[in-house]
Amino acid sequence: MKPILEIQGVGKKYRIHHQHGGYVSLRERMANVLKFEKNQTEDFWALKDVSFEVQPGESIGIIGRNGAGKSTLLKILSKITPPTTGRIVSRGRIASLLEVGTGFHPELTGRENIFFNGSLLGMKRKEIETKFDEIVDFSGVEKFLDTPLKHYSSGMQLRLAFAVAAFLEPEILIIDEVLAVGDAEFQKKCMKKMGDVTVQGSTLIFVSHNLPSLKSICHTGILLREGKLVLSGSIDEVINEYTSYHIEEGTIASVIHYFQPHIQLENILINGSDKNTITVEGNILSISFEITFLKRIAFELDVHLKKEELPVASYANFVQNKVTTFEAGKYLLNYAIDLPPLRSGKYKLDLYFTEPFVSWFAVTENIIDVEIVNTMHHAFLTSSSLKWGSTLLDGEVKIGRIS
Amino acid sequence: MEESTEYIIASSGHRLFNWKELWQFRELFYFFTWRDVKIKYKQTVLGFLWAVLQPLLMMTIFTLFFGRALNIPSQSIPYPVYVFSGLIIWNIFSTGLTSASNSMVNNATIIKKIYFPRLIIPVSSILVALFDFLMAFFLFGIILIFYKQPVSWMALFLWPLALLISVVATLGLGCWLAALNVKYRDFRYVIPFLVQVLFFITPVIYPISLLKYPLLQYILACSPMYAAVELFRLPITGVPPNFVFLSVSLLSGFLLLLIGILYFKRTEDFFADFA
Repeated sequence: MKPILEIQGVGKKYRIHHQHGGYVSLRERMANVLKFEKNQTEDFWALKDVSFEVQPGESIGIIGRNGAGKSTLLKILSKITPPTTGRIVSRGRIASLLEVGTGFHPELTGRENIFFNGSLLGMKRKEIETKFDEIVDFSGVEKFLDTPLKHYSSGMQLRLAFAVAAFLEPEILIIDEVLAVGDAEFQKKCMKKMGDVTVQGSTLIFVSHNLPSLKSICHTGILLREGKLVLSGSIDEVINEYTSYHIEEGTIASVIHYFQPHIQLENILINGSDKNTITVEGNILSISFEITFLKRIAFELDVHLKKEELPVASYANFVQNKVTTFEAGKYLLNYAIDLPPLRSGKYKLDLYFTEPFVSWFAVTENIIDVEIVNTMHHAFLTSSSLKWGSTLLDGEVKIGRIS
Repeated sequence: MEESTEYIIASSGHRLFNWKELWQFRELFYFFTWRDVKIKYKQTVLGFLWAVLQPLLMMTIFTLFFGRALNIPSQSIPYPVYVFSGLIIWNIFSTGLTSASNSMVNNATIIKKIYFPRLIIPVSSILVALFDFLMAFFLFGIILIFYKQPVSWMALFLWPLALLISVVATLGLGCWLAALNVKYRDFRYVIPFLVQVLFFITPVIYPISLLKYPLLQYILACSPMYAAVELFRLPITGVPPNFVFLSVSLLSGFLLLLIGILYFKRTEDFFADFA
């Protein structure tokens, strides 16, 4: 069988204008012409010479750090922006979900938004009408169907948006990070729905930072690094390569991936260091950062410590039902987290800056390396032995001599 | 979709007009127009009545100042009828042009996330303006009856023709400005001014014959809306417009359409990068 998608040497060059504004003003353009000055530009290849094939019915995960070119690749596949070099041969109808709820309008009712959004995603009006009840059912917002969207909670908007997208039946479905938001139960529902997509024989291209969900949905994967394809193979191989690759040292603040523009983070320090490779001695993890809230929001920091993809320990406020709502403004937050007695070794620390149960504002995943040094345990445990757990349990022995 | 045909995504080689694709996406024209019409009158008490009230209020003001106070001639028909007939066809152009020009920027979030033929967006903004026209047209009928104004049978084909000309004029300039606006936001400030200027050089509130200098008349005829307004009014006034002026105006309209669409198609691939 012919591959459903052939990506042949695709590259995308962006021209970076060295100027203050985001877009070119006519005055500058004219001034440059008059001065016979070449615009100060620099070429930047967001994607370079990427080639791979996708077979019909395959579900392929695209992995890479922020800025590796994942989104650019998806944009090209979705025809939103043309490639600078190379070409893509497609043999099926592509639907892409680079965002949930594209085109949602706050003034329109839920019902109206379903129709407009559905149509944008490529559904025919008849199709939307026949699936309407199912969509409403899946979203669980039937009571508010004729209420303008602006009165919905953000969680409800998200459900509605995903519900519309879930009923697309394209031959090739492209999904970018859309599951990064929403509560756990709804996420599970979405994942199941996405699994169904491949069962129905559709081809799935999935980009996510969430490695467990990539693992559960995709069979194959490709790894992008600085715009180049590094590895393509089974999803396990690719995830392995991705997580074992040690990135060069940088500041934590520079590796934060923002999902939403409501917060701005500065001066993130872990145990006094702003680097993304740190050594922790003792059992206190102190995290501090300056955070600017651009509007009033409930916010908390969730911290997960992982060892080889397996979560070892987590910290979050909501588990004790203590969530603080912040007024807009700049704050300095200082967390002191007690660590369990951990085995010495390399760990990853993931930070999630979230609005609990609603969405992620910013995330850093698999980027902060933590070297735990536990001087209390026997040197034997410093060597890697898979039999031994990462957390060392404390206990007492009472000894009674019998004979 | 049955046809599982191969297609290729590459850096260039877009056909100028992919009619087949436009046809595939035909429902989106409807949905964009439908959405914009809905949003336009949401949370207003009077709703669609505004489409009628706006030209009515304008007519009243112009009648008071230009008709009564300045006594501007109106080709033998009552001045309110003269002004209103000009205004409703002019409004297609002015509202259509303004919203089409800003449409790409206003829909930037959609453009960045979903592919569809970009032309749908400015075209739909113009369809919204046509919807307003239809509303106002009912009022126009009432005004004609109120002033007992006879209408020639020529209206049957001249009115649709005038409508077509105004759509062509709006589409050309609208697409051009929409594409320019994506890259140079300066145009956002140019557009209201441009519309204002064109309003005064188009015979909406005064007949072109009022001007004494023939050269000036030629310049005014360059307005693409000159032909639309004159032809729309012809069945009421019975005054045949100057054939040369008419040709000049039509030519300028079609030239704008050509430039506008060509520029739009040439730049549309990169809207997502700039918007």
